[in-house]
Amino acid sequence: MVEKSIKQLAAALTAGEFSAVELASEYLQRAKAHNGVLNAFITIDEDKTLLEARAADALRAAGNAGPLTGIPLAHKDIFCQEGWRTTCGSKMLESFIAPYSAHVVEQCRKAGLVTLGRTNMDEFAMGSSNENSFYGAVKNPWDKLAVPGGSSGGSAAAVAARLAPIATATDTGGSIRQPAAFCGVTGIKPTYGVVSRFGMIAYASSLDQGGPIGKSAEDCALLLNVMAGFDERDATSLQRDKEDYTRDLNQPLKGLKIGLPKEYFAEGLNAEVASAIDAAIAEYKKLGAQVVEISLPNTRVAIPSYYVIAPAEASSNLSRFDGVRYGHRAAEYSGLADMYEKTRAQGFGWEVKRRILTGTYVLSHGYYDAYYLQAQKVRRLLAEDFQRGLAQCDVIAAPVAPTAAWNIGEKNDDPVAMYLEDIYTLGVNLAGLPGLSHPVGFAKNGRPIGMQLIGNYFAEAKLLNAAHQFQQVTDWHTRAPEL
Amino acid sequence: MKWEVVIGLEVHTQLTTQSKIFSPASTAFGAAPNTHTAEVDIALPGALPVMNKAVVEKAIQFGLSIGAKVNRRSVFARKNYFYPDLPKGYQISQFELPVVEGGAITINVDGVEKVINLTRAHLEEDAGKSVHEDFHGQSGIDLNRAGTPLLEIVSEPEMRSAAEAVAYAKALYSLVTWIGICDGNMQEGSFRCDVNVSVRPEGQKEFGTRREIKNLNSFKFIEQAVKAEVQWQIETIEDGGKIQQATVLFDPDTGETRMMRTKEDAHDYRYFPDPDLPPLVISEEWISRVQNELPELPAAMRARFETQYGIPAYDAATLTASKDMAAFYEATVAAGADAKLASNWIMGDISATLNREEKDIAQSPVSAQALAGLIKRVSDNTINNKTAKDVLKKMWESGDAADTIIEREGLKQETDTGALEAIVDEVIANNAKSVEEYKAGKEKALNALVGQCMKASKGKGNPGVLTELLKQKLA
Repeated sequence: MVEKSIKQLAAALTAGEFSAVELASEYLQRAKAHNGVLNAFITIDEDKTLLEARAADALRAAGNAGPLTGIPLAHKDIFCQEGWRTTCGSKMLESFIAPYSAHVVEQCRKAGLVTLGRTNMDEFAMGSSNENSFYGAVKNPWDKLAVPGGSSGGSAAAVAARLAPIATATDTGGSIRQPAAFCGVTGIKPTYGVVSRFGMIAYASSLDQGGPIGKSAEDCALLLNVMAGFDERDATSLQRDKEDYTRDLNQPLKGLKIGLPKEYFAEGLNAEVASAIDAAIAEYKKLGAQVVEISLPNTRVAIPSYYVIAPAEASSNLSRFDGVRYGHRAAEYSGLADMYEKTRAQGFGWEVKRRILTGTYVLSHGYYDAYYLQAQKVRRLLAEDFQRGLAQCDVIAAPVAPTAAWNIGEKNDDPVAMYLEDIYTLGVNLAGLPGLSHPVGFAKNGRPIGMQLIGNYFAEAKLLNAAHQFQQVTDWHTRAPEL
Repeated sequence: MKWEVVIGLEVHTQLTTQSKIFSPASTAFGAAPNTHTAEVDIALPGALPVMNKAVVEKAIQFGLSIGAKVNRRSVFARKNYFYPDLPKGYQISQFELPVVEGGAITINVDGVEKVINLTRAHLEEDAGKSVHEDFHGQSGIDLNRAGTPLLEIVSEPEMRSAAEAVAYAKALYSLVTWIGICDGNMQEGSFRCDVNVSVRPEGQKEFGTRREIKNLNSFKFIEQAVKAEVQWQIETIEDGGKIQQATVLFDPDTGETRMMRTKEDAHDYRYFPDPDLPPLVISEEWISRVQNELPELPAAMRARFETQYGIPAYDAATLTASKDMAAFYEATVAAGADAKLASNWIMGDISATLNREEKDIAQSPVSAQALAGLIKRVSDNTINNKTAKDVLKKMWESGDAADTIIEREGLKQETDTGALEAIVDEVIANNAKSVEEYKAGKEKALNALVGQCMKASKGKGNPGVLTELLKQKLA
């Protein structure tokens, strides 16, 4: 049952092979059995899940089922969900029960999807390894010594380990694509503005974007159909006609022009990753694609630009966690300033503090022009690079990360080394473009390798089409780890 | 040494919209604490601001009414600081690119007109309120006011006296209430002034160091605070001291200003463009629609009153102090009253009585039409001015028309010469001393005799006719 795609699960639900309650129970059993080791979920609430599953069955019995009614899914613990504890991976929100739901959560509920639980993540989505969670590191299901990637490591690990058929996630600098690659699953970060940020706890507002992580491109397309759409409660949500992201899945790839940015295949890229991508490109060629070399000359400045802009926005976004209205408050304090200091010192972890300090510094009087404004200029240059590159091809193919998953604890002493791992994913967020990650093989040590496809604005359907066609002739995405 | 005072004002005007600037919550005053709050007003995780178009429209109205530039593109920025009444830890305001730039307002002090230029006006959200009563050593927070739309209007430092500062604040107040963007309720904080004050030796070009008096919510306080601050600054300098840039508060009980914080404790607000809000873009169509819907402004109406009704500049200015008063005046004239008499009555007895009863002209128990009915009886000599004042009082109390009261109480003025002649003869016979004085050339004595005749006629005699009769008989 758990190897089925969500399309197959939906068909089985329609055929009456099993009920939504039975399906949810099966996944809950697996989650309870394996979460102790994997730590993919922060919160599992069986009663709430079964309540939703029964409602889905009732909807189906009444003849009102939609295409995904009764399909279980896991929500990243960054989306506010009414009545559910919503922690964002932080001690700050350890006992925060959200009083309202994010647009994404509402859309999923309306579609009849059933919440299996809330997945682990780096605290406030800051991290590339999921080691920054107050609730403990997530283990990579393929190798429990390895990190699952981050920040959506819980969602990627849950899907890879078949603890959930599909999951929501968010991507600010690679947080969907990189954990998908590390866990051997598929994920897509849509164009900025396609998925509403209402109720999605902000890390860096101009970069954050929600998207799905699933076993296949087709599953991602089906969930993206639910997640995407204009929302007047988010001023950066784009007012566009509703799209069917599955519409082009079966288009042949003949004539598809794939651009390979030379800067992404240069020094620093691990040989095993490079050869897995080469093999995948060869497969794409067999499907009729052509390959051209392109250049994204400003790639190397994406990291400093991102690590100025994202912390700047974060330093302001996280000011609301002050102990006044909700969330953690220090038990003892003398006066207002002391309450703020102790509350925030206790409530935030080291990586969050590091980024708040960095962000506060770059926005300070006298430094703003040199850092923040400069970073914004670089951001424009990067966006222009992509436009020039995409003028020469239909999609860009690239690595997701320089290596496969590293060991838990390996990079904890060197935050900059960790930041450098984001080199291939940050540019997409800075430019606001869609990016997809799908599995293309394994390293010798058995850890998965992913490949990234980058398209122009609103090219999600094209990216999903390419990945789906690839997944019709390969089986990397069907491999599951032994738990 | 002679000192010159330099004053600039920053006025926070609360805009009259149903809902808040970035949320659908109500802006109504006086609700139970924290009941008018949406997700973004209490800064729940994941909550996002969305611009309220009605707020932008009011900013456009203001910009157009002061002849300012309405920026086609302006930017919202975050002003970061921690305070319990600031739920997000930042205030959404406008910094580098405000919605309105420039413009001017004409003020009038003792008949002298002066143009005060404006620097800018920008949109921002109000903070909540800390509540210190009822919590026994703790503080409560009420976020009902958080997110209330404000237009902060900043003047150039072009005022040179407390009187000019008050005149500017009043002119601005009259304008924003006139065009209806602010309800003008100063007690509830709808119109709050921060006043920047400095002094410099007369003739010196450079400005002195300024201190900012925060949060003045009455014209009287502006005047008192500026005078106290100016005196304090001059005394400090003359005693050899130096003014330190600071923010001060005015205490109406002591009549003094006291220091809140100096520049050294000033925050670094770390302004940056708010990534949750795209730049505010205002189309040409929007501006021209607002322009077409803008009411006639006080300055234009003042000029029209002078030419159309032939009343003096002073009358025109007083009558256009508020939209309601101007409307009342125009309705009175339209109902047939003489234009100058109508002006006299409205500026005189009507205003005085309303002031005494603390009423607005819109609440006047005597309508414009009823007032016109009274004025017409003065114009056609049915009653004299003194009787008319009494009639107005009775109209005020009873709500009856002037004619009804005149008829009922037999107040119609006596103009019949035959009847008045008998009164005049009697007064001459009984006032030998005044008669003598008048004949000796004392003109004033005639007034005393007219007064006696009026008394004898129980106020109904026409004073003009009586004067003529007296003159004839004593010639």
